Amino acid sequence: MNQLQNFTKGFFKENPILVLVLGTCPTLATTSSALNGMGMGIATTFVLIGSNVVISLLSKVIPDKVRIPAFIVIIASFVTIVDLFMQAYVPSLYEKLGIFIPLIVVNCIVLGRAEAFASKNSVLSSLIDGAGMGLGFTMALGILGAFREIVGSGAVFGYKFIKGDGILVFILAPGAFIALGYLIALINKLKRT
Amino acid sequence: MALSLTLISLIASACLAFVYQITKGPIEASVMNKKISAIKTVIPEFNNNPDAEMFRLPTGEGDSLDIYPAKKDGNLLGFVVNTYSPSGFSGNISLMAGFKTDGTIINIAVLEQKETPGLGTKMTGPEFKDQFNDKNPAEFVLKVKKDGGQVDAITAATISSRAFCDALQRAYKTLFTGKEWNDSAVPPVPGNTSQAEPIKDNN
Amino acid sequence: MEYILIIISAILINNVVLAQFLGVCPFLGVSNKVSTAVGMAGAVTFVLVLATTVTYLIQTYVLDKLGIAFMQTITFILVIAFLVQMVEIILKKISQPLYQALGIFLPLITTNCAVLGVAILVIKKNYNLLEGVVFGASTAIGFGLALIILAGIREQLELVDVPKGMKGVPLSLIIAGILALAFMGFTGIVK
Repeated sequence: MNQLQNFTKGFFKENPILVLVLGTCPTLATTSSALNGMGMGIATTFVLIGSNVVISLLSKVIPDKVRIPAFIVIIASFVTIVDLFMQAYVPSLYEKLGIFIPLIVVNCIVLGRAEAFASKNSVLSSLIDGAGMGLGFTMALGILGAFREIVGSGAVFGYKFIKGDGILVFILAPGAFIALGYLIALINKLKRT
Repeated sequence: MALSLTLISLIASACLAFVYQITKGPIEASVMNKKISAIKTVIPEFNNNPDAEMFRLPTGEGDSLDIYPAKKDGNLLGFVVNTYSPSGFSGNISLMAGFKTDGTIINIAVLEQKETPGLGTKMTGPEFKDQFNDKNPAEFVLKVKKDGGQVDAITAATISSRAFCDALQRAYKTLFTGKEWNDSAVPPVPGNTSQAEPIKDNN
Repeated sequence: MEYILIIISAILINNVVLAQFLGVCPFLGVSNKVSTAVGMAGAVTFVLVLATTVTYLIQTYVLDKLGIAFMQTITFILVIAFLVQMVEIILKKISQPLYQALGIFLPLITTNCAVLGVAILVIKKNYNLLEGVVFGASTAIGFGLALIILAGIREQLELVDVPKGMKGVPLSLIIAGILALAFMGFTGIVK
């Protein structure tokens, strides 16, 4: 597998949300607008790249038995770094994402990539894998967020282009579940044709 | 085995402590910025440092509110009150409300709210919050019309509207019940906290 | 009164899965049978209450005292991972039947964001220890309730002919959406 495929697999073939259905909690919670969704995606991407690189560097040093706790420590450190930096430099976005920033640590995608990819591959491949997966995640969050924002409030990236209130339920909790359900169903349909 | 885990944890903690040190200043600055910019929206003309002259008054409900006196060239313009209501649709809402010395509302800024997007969040918009400007709660009843007051509630967000009124009422009551402020009155000394408890943060 | 408010709000109004989106992965993953759903709900309740208590004590007596609150995420996740391991070992030793009922779910719980989420929320909301434990327990009950309802519905849908692309996750998500709509009706209960 060349590096280009390694990078693009996160967008389509192995998209963490739309195909593997991992990390559904932040996906549902932060996509009430396209901007929030993408903010979450970028924060996760940073953690993914950082933890993937460090774990692939250290994979030879870490004894197999304490592998998982060691990965968790590394991931949690990157999450805290992102948490602190967002608090300092993008406080409004930080407030909107709230508790879901520290919860990146239990996002199955991050630990999943560490275990399945970074611990077995070179630093460069791990970096590319992390970037691809993270940006694939960001893309899916952006699409879902944009869809919910357009249908729910007639706006996208905060720019309102449809007058009136929109179908509010899509911004609320039930709409998150329903929108993601149909999005995955659509991908399933496309995959088979 | 245990050694390598301890080592990783130690290195991680050291990195975090370092990042914490470099972000500490900016985090405090951004909190402060938010406060000052809210005070500026509410009473734009001041030229003192309201944060340095901040004092607290007890609400009578076991906590207290932060009050920032706004002055221009030493004359008291009014007060900006950081008030809250626990009864928002999804938890606390926090407002900065500016009052003239006679109790008339100057302007309001929403600091924090977690209301339903598209419904309760309209409280941050001028259509709703500007109806309070230049009203004095002494004669303007701070209740939604449904409850016999004079406030036009946000359509389909009565709970959020009620919470907004509740927060304003709390600010007014705390600042003006049994107290007289006038331009010549000596503003309270900074640090006069009236032995009140710090506000419980209910987010 | 305050406790009743916390309980009703955590179970029905701000249901952990349907309104706060915590613990969605196991919610989708182990909801194909009612019996497994009950097992998972039991294991989550156990770990959640335990984790809330321990993390609360650590936050108040260690992190706050030392002024290193920024270590919260890393400490909490390690504590939870450690607790889950301990529970697994102890259960295996003292009660085989209970271990068999809950054991297979335990490793999954470390990465259940409901556990870490509730631990952080308790600190954020400034609850005291008892309020925190009540909040943790009611959240777990709310999780169990949503999980078992979804499992019940999915069992019924086994026999229904649905479009192929909708099978599995998409269908569960849409059912969850309708459940969330139904739970929104509870909003008016408090105040």
